[in-house]
Amino acid sequence: MSTATFPLGSAEARHVLYLLTLIRAFEERVLKLVNEGAIRGTTHPYIGQEAVAVGSCLALRADDWVVSTHRGHGHLLAKGGDPNRLMAELFGKATGYGGGKGGTQHMADFAVGHLGSNGITGGGIPIGTGAALSAQMRRSGQVVGVFFGDGAINQGTFHESLNLAALWRLPAVYICENNLYAMSTSVREACSVEHLAERACAYGIPGVQVDGMDVVATATAAQAAVDRARSGHGPTLIECKTYRFLGHSKSDQRVYRGREEEAAWRERDPLVRFRALAHERGWLSTAECDAVAREAVDAVEASVAFAQRSPFPGPEALTQGVFADSDDPCAS
Amino acid sequence: MRELTYWQALQEALQQEMRRDPRVFLLGEDIGAYGGAFGVTRGLLAEFGPERVRCTPISEATIVGAATGAAVTGMRPVVEIMFMDFLTLTMDQLANHAAKFRYMYGPQAHVPIVIRTPAGGGRSYGATHSQSLEAWFLHVPGLKVVAPATPADAKGLLLTAIRDDNPVLFVEHKLLYATTGPVPDEDEPIAIGEAAVRREGQDVTIVAYSFHLGMALQAAEDLAPHGIDAEVIDLRSLVPLDTETIVGSVRKTGRLVCVEEGTRTGGVGAEIAARVAEHAYEYLDAPIRRIAAPDIPIPFSPPLEQAALPTREVIVRTVRELF
Repeated sequence: MSTATFPLGSAEARHVLYLLTLIRAFEERVLKLVNEGAIRGTTHPYIGQEAVAVGSCLALRADDWVVSTHRGHGHLLAKGGDPNRLMAELFGKATGYGGGKGGTQHMADFAVGHLGSNGITGGGIPIGTGAALSAQMRRSGQVVGVFFGDGAINQGTFHESLNLAALWRLPAVYICENNLYAMSTSVREACSVEHLAERACAYGIPGVQVDGMDVVATATAAQAAVDRARSGHGPTLIECKTYRFLGHSKSDQRVYRGREEEAAWRERDPLVRFRALAHERGWLSTAECDAVAREAVDAVEASVAFAQRSPFPGPEALTQGVFADSDDPCAS
Repeated sequence: MRELTYWQALQEALQQEMRRDPRVFLLGEDIGAYGGAFGVTRGLLAEFGPERVRCTPISEATIVGAATGAAVTGMRPVVEIMFMDFLTLTMDQLANHAAKFRYMYGPQAHVPIVIRTPAGGGRSYGATHSQSLEAWFLHVPGLKVVAPATPADAKGLLLTAIRDDNPVLFVEHKLLYATTGPVPDEDEPIAIGEAAVRREGQDVTIVAYSFHLGMALQAAEDLAPHGIDAEVIDLRSLVPLDTETIVGSVRKTGRLVCVEEGTRTGGVGAEIAARVAEHAYEYLDAPIRRIAAPDIPIPFSPPLEQAALPTREVIVRTVRELF
């Protein structure tokens, strides 16, 4: 496996910083809108984990696929999704990705290679595995990035899918975002091994641990795994060590973890680190970084305006689209 | 027309679709050289090879989930789940994902998968290998459910199911595999959602499907000497359910008996009874009756299993009680 650091220049750095900031700003704005009651239901903020989605997607081609999770806004934005349609979906509007029928945990943008976020822990792992089977059978050269958390790694679907993917050498990269907590349950209380990447040995595939707070390190690990998958050598399990800065969902008071631990992880903020790196390497000046950040915030504000002015789905939408070829063949 | 067994008819449909469409492939346990637990896929490995006749590990959730992932990215997988009882292991993938993607993700998502599965008792396989769970799936919007009774329907409906852009659960009663009947050589798909009137009659409507169609037709013959002219409807599809044909028949006969092998409470017959009560209440001359298994696990002991499942005699007795 290659150990060369993922190559970045000014243009790539600008793109990376834009996506990191876009996801951060998007999630902060969503939380505000949820607290104001403008967005109903729940939300699972990705804040703190941005480097995982952005770094992983850097290594993927536009026509590669990802499968996402309940904490999925970051994956969709990193894969090239449209913030307007994403925000509109969170508002339940007709212009959203699913016409407002999916909501935060259930949206997809096949055109950018995003096969769907998923409200069931571990539910997306077999689906990503099947997409990889499809890529292999169609000889399309595509690779699938399958995102899931440390909670999902204890579902049977993880074991079944990694075994199958290893057995059939499927072009998949399994990206475990170990943010240390499955809702409130610490990974130490839920997993029998300290490093989740060790589970790869059960399938005879590489298991890689990476600093998921470092976008370049994540992209480097992802690129090696993607290259391996694309060249027909099968899947890799990547464990991204990361942290969600906020609670599991909007109502989480974080009674299960200490503020000191949170402060220590915030010291490793992926945005701050990447900004410093971009400056240090001479990729971006401070003024350029600020301009990128403003651009991202503007895109988020534009998405809110788009969502707010979009219509809700009409009542006719209720029973439409249950089946692919008809409005509602089940009407009795 | 030549005669085929039910399993041969299924196999012919698989073979024809695999020859016609390179996107169609098979996934399941022991479906290769072994030919599947009930022999439906025997010989297909030799023709299509291991890439398209994919023997899987025993991982039902991932088999169905992988089929879904392959389907949304352009393939048309046909899954075999060895016993219907094992669908319990696939429920999340089937009910939460495959069935909901179209509604949640919008028109970009098509999930053309077929899940074939042997159902039913009568072979003393015990409680985890004998169930008829099709009624559960009437409660999963986004899933079509078909249960053909004849070899011709088995072929025609499987052709249609494979070409359908939605997930289709294809229920095959184990006692039907060896039955024979005329089957067209050609490619003659049968529409999903259309029941068939198998015997016209004036006095009572007997609704059945899958293995119990034959039993209902025999019962109808037994009823004739008693002066009861029974109409027998073969549902063929459970979702969408052909309410129009059922209601039209009951409006004519004024009496309804539903036959199924699944447990009684919340069963297929319960749904049919409700629809008839909604749409033809004023035409009913007698209470609606359901013939089903009692609300018990299917027992192993042959006489107990026999007592749990519908019989021709029970159908005759139940119908006669309505007059």
